[in-house]
Amino acid sequence: MNHLLLAADAHSTTRTFTISLFVVFVLITLAITVWASRQTRSAADFYAGGRSFSGFQNGMAIGGDYMSAASFLGIAGIIALSGYDGFLYSIGFLVAWLVALLLVAELMRNSGKYTMADVLAFRLRQRPVRTAAAVSTITVSIFYLLAQMVGAGALVALLLGIKPGQTFLGMSPDTAKIATIIFVGVLMIVYVVVGGMKGTTYVQIVKAFLLMCGALLMTLLVLAAFKFNLSSLLGEAATKSGKGAAFLEPGLRYGKDVAGDATQTFYNKMDLLSLGIALVLGTAGLPHILIRFYTVPSAKAARKSVLWAIGLIGAFYLMTLALGFGAAALVGGEAITAQDKAGNTAAPQLAQALGERYLGGSTGGSILLAVIAAVAFATILAVVAGLTLASSSSLAHDFYANVLKRGQTSERQEVQVARVSAFVIGAISIVLAIFAQSLNVAFLVALAFAVAASGNLPAILYSLFWKRFTTAGATAAIYGGLISAVVLVFFSPVVSGSPTAMFPHSDWQWFPLSNPGLISIPIGFLCGWLGTLLSREPADAAKYAEMEVRSLTGAGAH
Amino acid sequence: MSTETPVPPGTSPASPAEDPSGRAAPDSGAYLAVEQSPEFASLRKALRSFVFPMTVAFFVWYALYVILSAYARGFMSVKIVGHINVALVFGLLQFVSTFLIAWLYSRYADRRLDPLAEQLRERVEGDHA
Repeated sequence: MNHLLLAADAHSTTRTFTISLFVVFVLITLAITVWASRQTRSAADFYAGGRSFSGFQNGMAIGGDYMSAASFLGIAGIIALSGYDGFLYSIGFLVAWLVALLLVAELMRNSGKYTMADVLAFRLRQRPVRTAAAVSTITVSIFYLLAQMVGAGALVALLLGIKPGQTFLGMSPDTAKIATIIFVGVLMIVYVVVGGMKGTTYVQIVKAFLLMCGALLMTLLVLAAFKFNLSSLLGEAATKSGKGAAFLEPGLRYGKDVAGDATQTFYNKMDLLSLGIALVLGTAGLPHILIRFYTVPSAKAARKSVLWAIGLIGAFYLMTLALGFGAAALVGGEAITAQDKAGNTAAPQLAQALGERYLGGSTGGSILLAVIAAVAFATILAVVAGLTLASSSSLAHDFYANVLKRGQTSERQEVQVARVSAFVIGAISIVLAIFAQSLNVAFLVALAFAVAASGNLPAILYSLFWKRFTTAGATAAIYGGLISAVVLVFFSPVVSGSPTAMFPHSDWQWFPLSNPGLISIPIGFLCGWLGTLLSREPADAAKYAEMEVRSLTGAGAH
Repeated sequence: MSTETPVPPGTSPASPAEDPSGRAAPDSGAYLAVEQSPEFASLRKALRSFVFPMTVAFFVWYALYVILSAYARGFMSVKIVGHINVALVFGLLQFVSTFLIAWLYSRYADRRLDPLAEQLRERVEGDHA
């Protein structure tokens, strides 16, 4: 089917369909955004969508915020090329939600207001903890944002089938990539600046719905192709992958055994454990996820939204299993790597194959490919909007209003600053993404999870559960976790000293693991503990009492 | 991370200016009184006695899965039915356990935590009114 993908007519049909569907999505979401802007008056509307969403709506939005292109196209691609190991990734992403459900969501909903820092600042000194939390929020969000935007540029070229040497609307592939990054960036700025949390939430709900429908349709078609026999799907995938039974077992990608090199084998296994722990502990420290808990009216609704999110995200990752193995079986590893070495086009290619098979020849293939490509664009847009909102909220509410102005500012001013911040952060991200577009920055998603798990999670958990925790402990945890994760990754093989590194021709690598979590997460927790023990300042018992009562009962919550 | 130690008497109340949200100065006395009440202690205990052990349990269960994926490849590759091997079943069980824990917690929270929290909330907010 690869030759069909290259055939000019099928190609332009797909392109026209993809672009039309995408334009429809953009128009609908922009209409919602404008509508939402009319409903947005107070700061609570802009930051927290007026706390008026139901548990189900917020559960959908959490799914839309969380299931990024990296998890839709990325995990399906990893499974299609490396088999079982992609599953390891999705399991970490799902189990992580138990941390959010059991330890964070409800208590955070009751004790905070707009940002992650609200929870820390409740009983600790405002300015140092808010500064630390804003630095960490913006760092995590920009890492994640860059990975998504650079990925968007590359994906659009792939999904629209723009090949080197061809032109698209008069643009060369490189120009088309840059144009895509700018287009995605401008849209996310518009969603956030105009629609605030309300607009962004609806964009995420619509996207989650489209993504679930697209994935469900493809899963059913894949299963139908194998007469709903999972074993024969797996068997065919293993055969077509060219890797045999090993394709269905862990070890092709993560924790590889290197024959005759015990040290490298040891590092590879440690890297797998390191990735696993960062995935599970990172989610509940991601600022753009945490602020979603403020969009519902009560702790009970926050619980319901996480339950819905677990159901949706779990179902989605089960479906990626069918998509990945389906792509391996029906498209084949060779055809996938011919399109994209990282496998990011496995799901769209599978859509084309399924469409050809079940929806009437090459036109059907083009249509289904176009639908899935448009869903992938929608996915990217919803996630980047959530990230922009989280970082601009923190810049305006934490840094501007409470650090610079010491709380002496009006709601209107604060929201204006938040809108300007969204614009500035969006613009900076566009510029950075254009500079980074030729670099391999896929590791930034894992780094964002590692920073969230190493810096934010210890600060949040200590703050919610440890009475003695102090300001010094919170800043030590955040900066300690953040700096150790970033420094370790900077000296790791993903940045330099390996052929797939961000800078493949330089070498200052000395840290052997690609994922810093195994070291940086304990450092973050240790820093928070030591910072608390070593600081002379006593914990504020009255404030802790207020926070504990409020977080557990909802009394006095916003 | 135990915080069960009682608050020493005479602790200085929070300064209202430090309040993060700029709300009206809270009646910290009412919060302290509720925090030290036996009803609140039993709510705290009910929450912690569920979420802490459950967190340890799912974390150990997940860690076991990752460690087996790294070190017990022979075991993970044993085929159970057709092409379905231990690794796949183990992975699917992680989904099952996640859904199960979520459901158990939701049931527990509805039955045990919400009624207690509701009573105490009314008590605090009633004091304010």
